Amino acid sequence: MAFLQISNLSKTYDRRSVLSGVNLSVDKGETCAVIGPTGAGKTTLIRLIDLLDTPSSGRILFDSIDVTASGRAGNSARRRMALVQQKPVVFKMNVFGNIACGLKWRHQRKDVIWSKVNDVLEIVGMGDYRERDARTLSGGEMQRVAIARALVIEPELLLLDEPTANLDPVSVSKIEEVLAHIIKERKTTILMSTHDMSQGQRLADKVGVLVNGELLQVGSPNEIFCAPANRKVAEFVGVENILAGKVLRQESGLAIIDVKGREIQAVTELQPGEDVYVMIRPEEITLARDRDTSSARNVFEGRINKVVLLGPLARVEVDCGFPLLGVLTSASAQELKLTIGKPIYLSFKATAIHIVKRQA
Amino acid sequence: MDSIWNQLVSLDSDTWSAAGRSLWFAATSCAISIIICFPLGSLIHFRQFRGKGLLVSVLQSLYCMPTVLVGLLVFSMLSRAGPMGELGWLFSPNAIIFGQAVLISPIMMGLVISAYSGVDKSITETAVSLGASKLQMVIVAVREAKYAMLTLVIIGFSRAISELGISMMVGGNINFYTRTLTTAISLETQKGNIEKAWAMGILLLLIALVINITIYSLQKSGRLKRLNLFRRILPVTQSRSG
Repeated sequence: MAFLQISNLSKTYDRRSVLSGVNLSVDKGETCAVIGPTGAGKTTLIRLIDLLDTPSSGRILFDSIDVTASGRAGNSARRRMALVQQKPVVFKMNVFGNIACGLKWRHQRKDVIWSKVNDVLEIVGMGDYRERDARTLSGGEMQRVAIARALVIEPELLLLDEPTANLDPVSVSKIEEVLAHIIKERKTTILMSTHDMSQGQRLADKVGVLVNGELLQVGSPNEIFCAPANRKVAEFVGVENILAGKVLRQESGLAIIDVKGREIQAVTELQPGEDVYVMIRPEEITLARDRDTSSARNVFEGRINKVVLLGPLARVEVDCGFPLLGVLTSASAQELKLTIGKPIYLSFKATAIHIVKRQA
Repeated sequence: MDSIWNQLVSLDSDTWSAAGRSLWFAATSCAISIIICFPLGSLIHFRQFRGKGLLVSVLQSLYCMPTVLVGLLVFSMLSRAGPMGELGWLFSPNAIIFGQAVLISPIMMGLVISAYSGVDKSITETAVSLGASKLQMVIVAVREAKYAMLTLVIIGFSRAISELGISMMVGGNINFYTRTLTTAISLETQKGNIEKAWAMGILLLLIALVINITIYSLQKSGRLKRLNLFRRILPVTQSRSG
């Protein structure tokens, strides 16, 4: 049995369903990221697991104990977990006092508290902040204190609710470093929620996509980002090319799919007549002035509708009879002299396409 | 003004005795109220139950209860025919202390609840998620709201020391026994000794001012923290195991 097993978990507030039938399992030592847009129910899920709230239905098994059934079991389980909230929270005391709280409540000896707190201060890179009033810290520093406070009690399950939300990129980077260190060195079981899918990809062994209270897909980061289970997941994980089509025929191991009168070749076992979504990540599309002579099965000519420069990258929207979005470096875009209305060739491999069934 | 000043600097032993009694009654009733209202207020705030909103509204409406009404209530309870008549407290210091405690308790309890409401919920949830027991969590909330908590003590004390209705109705204004500064002021005014009444009034204000300034200064200098004030009021007990 998994270390953390969530079965059919639902939560309703004032007749509004926030979580619906969520099933998730996390093994001991695993890092699981639940990603989803704002309002998806990520915080509610984390709060339910930490027993700060009670589910409307469903079960949470922590180390095989049903923590939703019994108050005493819940109290016992909670002491084996620690939560870092989205908004950094510090008590009205200095940094050392904040971090030591959990240990004091567990009646640890002073010398043990001193040693553990100092160790954890070094891990989060705040050894010089010991005596400082925690309320005078920046957001990123407060969050590191919160993480230290959670780590020092050596939880078996660490819950992180969007730990880097509202922080600047430098603070995000520092905190991700700390988390990566914890994941590597301490082998703590971690369940984190984030709206930053790339963060989930960087830190987690397993990713779950939560949209509108439903856990739509759980899998490895690669599965989620390259093979989303449905349109909603695809839209969230950044698959910006989602085309409605129909399988025409199977030919030499490839499916020929009709998309607005044009034929796309993809690898799928779906049979002729099936309605499908054709999903292509923008990074998989190659743009060229001339027809591509590579092995790509799919080559289309189109006209540029839009070019948007985003720092080192450029997003190019092209109309090939259907809209496609490609990404290339800004330098390449300038080299190709991409302008609106200019003809351009797009190519992508059959293996770069992900196909899912579509409800007609 | 000169005659008021002269009265102020030449106050007699009756007056100082009344002043001391005012302080004692107010402090004792405040302490009793704290002992009752802190835990009750904490219970009301941290528990969810039907009618909680109504209860808090009722408490808040009792803030402006006239002292004579409380005096009447306490008189009815302590009179021979009343439920507490056998205690023999009527026209004694105990009656005044009891009455003042009844007067300020709704204020204290309501303000305890307000003080807790000013503490961000994420603070107490963080404490709980770190394994704090219920009592430990309450202590965290008290620490976070310590200035509000001190303010409510000052408000309760001020209301008690300045009330007249209760002291008059159930104390009897007996010299060297139940006479307080407020009842003495009332008496001197009725006797026509206006300057003396003014002097006593100024004395009462000075006492309240000194106490407030002392508490404020202690608060600002952090000495209250070093006194471990809250540990003494709310001793930490063993948390539940597991």
